[in-house]
Amino acid sequence: MKDTESENNPRKAWMGLLAKAPEGRVAALLDAEISRPAFSWLRAPEIGSTMVRARAGATGAPFNLGEMTITRCALTLDTGEVGHSYIQGRRKADAEVSALVDALMQTAMASRLRETVLEPLEAGMATAKAARAAKAAATKVDFFTMVRGED
Amino acid sequence: MYVAVKGGERAIENAHAWIAEERRGDTDIAELSIAQIREQLSLAVNRVMAEGSLYDPDLAALAIKQARGDLIEAIFLIRAYRTTLPRFGASEPVDTGAMACDRRISATFKDLPGGQVLGPTFDYTHRLLDFKLAADGEALEAPSREAAPGDVPHVTDFLNREGLIEEAPHDDTPPPDLTREPLEIPAERALRLQALTRADEGFTLGLAYSTQRGYGRNHAFVGELRIGSVPVEMDIPELGFSVEIGEVTLTECETVNQFKGSKIEPPQFTRGYGLVFGQTERKAISMALVDRALRWEELGEDNVGAPAQDAEFVLYHADNIQATGFLEHIKLPHYVDFQSELELVRKLRRKAGAQQVQEAAE
Repeated sequence: MKDTESENNPRKAWMGLLAKAPEGRVAALLDAEISRPAFSWLRAPEIGSTMVRARAGATGAPFNLGEMTITRCALTLDTGEVGHSYIQGRRKADAEVSALVDALMQTAMASRLRETVLEPLEAGMATAKAARAAKAAATKVDFFTMVRGED
Repeated sequence: MYVAVKGGERAIENAHAWIAEERRGDTDIAELSIAQIREQLSLAVNRVMAEGSLYDPDLAALAIKQARGDLIEAIFLIRAYRTTLPRFGASEPVDTGAMACDRRISATFKDLPGGQVLGPTFDYTHRLLDFKLAADGEALEAPSREAAPGDVPHVTDFLNREGLIEEAPHDDTPPPDLTREPLEIPAERALRLQALTRADEGFTLGLAYSTQRGYGRNHAFVGELRIGSVPVEMDIPELGFSVEIGEVTLTECETVNQFKGSKIEPPQFTRGYGLVFGQTERKAISMALVDRALRWEELGEDNVGAPAQDAEFVLYHADNIQATGFLEHIKLPHYVDFQSELELVRKLRRKAGAQQVQEAAE
């Protein structure tokens, strides 16, 4: 369900990707590609929290699980595009660069940045996830039945 | 009676300077970094995040360093910091069915879709001290094996198909929040779960253990225990849609409890639920057992007077910051209170003495 939603809303997909990127990674990829354009703040980076919710019994009524720190900001490029970011942790520099990429993805640079920033990010994160999943898989129990006495 | 109320500033300053020195310990030994604590004492970090009720591994590591490893003091620091943060909103309820599982086991089904995945567990270790760690040990790379793609289904789904287990029907009632409204009894389940997930691990463990030993026994099996990361998605008002803002590691425990049926429910399996920040499985299992014990009323069970069935007792004593705050305040100056007690005892003794003299005279 979530995946189709992301497919229908590419902005949702790239914002999620930028938010989950390892610290400093978006900046490294972006700065290697372009020099950052001028922008003005709509909302300078600020640190706060969000209440993480879950459901009783995984599927039932929601309850408050606890908070997590987040950083958010919003900016406008001189060309008018508005970029937002809401990311986990206390990471003002990452929030800034994420909002910048969000804004730039609405410009003619979108396909270039998709190739040079978003795709490498996605690949790197998929590799890290797969490596962890592979370690988990190596701890999967293979049962075998002992010879039974009654045979 | 007048009692001195000022003074001690210099003593306090010097005490603070001394904690800083003691915290650092022998300066010939390398200082611990926050990153070292975060990476190498991660289960302590997880406990501080869970009971501090704030997911931020770097902050939890800092709190552990500042508290010299006193985890309740570290939790206190996190709770205090949390209150300074503006809250930007609430997330969508996380989908633990979509968890990227590091560990996933069931004590009720041997062969289940997705399999028994042990993960980085202490289970099956021999609990023998490993002196190799005292020497400079180099990290070993854990083995890998090709992983099956896709989400791992919840174990309770299989039992649901036969209708043998109570359902947890979808519901979107906005949950109460004990960080905004004082905790009041009777507390609905959503409020109890919030209180339990941040409750003291030791207290929750003790209560859960008491149910196993017969104080409100509810015959729990670990239907499923899973640990892994889930994305957190939050509605962004400026955009009009929700976005994934990060990922958190959670431990989820679902117990399957024997249930003979009651006046209002048919015989079936019932469920207890535990969900806790971080890799915190002792706490998550304990939470599930205590959650189930507290559900006696909605399931039409008898209240046998067990401590774990008493919501007021459980919820009002489970928070280690409230508990330690009240407990430890009695060591702070109570000179005036004590003076009045002293006066009272002296007066009673004078009275008793006078009576004795009078009785002797009679």
